[in-house]
Amino acid sequence: MTHPKPDRRKFLMSGGAVIGAAVATGASGLLVPARAQGVAPTPTMRGGANNYRPGAPIVERIGNGGFWMVGTVRRAGDGAPLAGQRIQVWAHTTEGHERDPQSHGATLTDANGEFRLEMPQIVPAFGQPHGHLAYDSADFKTVFLRPIMPNAGDTSLRADFVLEPV
Amino acid sequence: MRAVLIWCCLAVVIAVPLAVAATSPLLAWRDPVYIAAGFAGAAALAIMLLQPLLAGGVLPGLPAVRGRRVHRWTGIALVLAVILHVGGLWLTSPPDVVDALLFTSPTPFSAWGVVAMWALFGAALLVALRRRWRIRPQVWRLAHTGLVLVVVVGSVVHAMLIVGTMGTATKTMLCLALVAATLKVVIDLRAWAAIKRRRS
Repeated sequence: MTHPKPDRRKFLMSGGAVIGAAVATGASGLLVPARAQGVAPTPTMRGGANNYRPGAPIVERIGNGGFWMVGTVRRAGDGAPLAGQRIQVWAHTTEGHERDPQSHGATLTDANGEFRLEMPQIVPAFGQPHGHLAYDSADFKTVFLRPIMPNAGDTSLRADFVLEPV
Repeated sequence: MRAVLIWCCLAVVIAVPLAVAATSPLLAWRDPVYIAAGFAGAAALAIMLLQPLLAGGVLPGLPAVRGRRVHRWTGIALVLAVILHVGGLWLTSPPDVVDALLFTSPTPFSAWGVVAMWALFGAALLVALRRRWRIRPQVWRLAHTGLVLVVVVGSVVHAMLIVGTMGTATKTMLCLALVAATLKVVIDLRAWAAIKRRRS
């Protein structure tokens, strides 16, 4: 279980880390063909990073709750569940716009790689009722998701991550 | 009697969708800029319905000559409404609007809206340049109408794909009226006359 970095940019700014990241990226580049045979990594969705606020705090629940954002985090290739991974969530809800700080929060996956974060009801905004999720810690490649609710009245939304090591 | 009926129908087709949009439960969770931006979009759709009716002179009491004078003013209002719509959305969520304008948005409806916006600006620009460029009337009408058809199709698809403050039933009614009015006037005015003449 790794501890979440408070700010990815700060982390990347240290010279050693940059070299480390470069080496790791090169190595993972070589490993991609082998991994493709197993569980494929989840690609970042278009618009997923919109109104993202780095370093949203880990919270018991966002605002007054009433809606559940759920999902799993697994490792690309073997599909092993990843415990203790920090997932950030934000959306336009009954308690605020996407860009508002109180609309953002984060949670950690449990031993089965599952996360459940209670948050206010998501309401349609910018044409669709949708949520945003981010994995942006340093151990795996950053992924932003933007799942859409099939019905505006739904009280939960699911988003699954398959992460690729950096 | 017929005149009163036509004006009443038009008032209903325009006012009811706007009233539904103005009282949507979604407004409770939006700040004033976002509310204004959304309503400007609905208002633009409503003004759009007036445009062919005024250009074609089909409204009682507003024959083509007077109708077109009003058409120019409502056209300016339409352009302003679209600018308010996009500007307000930009203030509400800049990255979503940048995505839409660059055609990299995950939502297909935004591309239809952006295409309609540029076509609308093009149609308005043609009005501004009409005298200066001394374009032949029939060619000008063909170009203006061509752009307008893009505006109407783009706006209708844009509006129908959106889950927003407009009610589905009243939004559909307004869109159907817009398509019907546009087709009627384009056919009545034989907007394609410039093409036919060249061929014969």
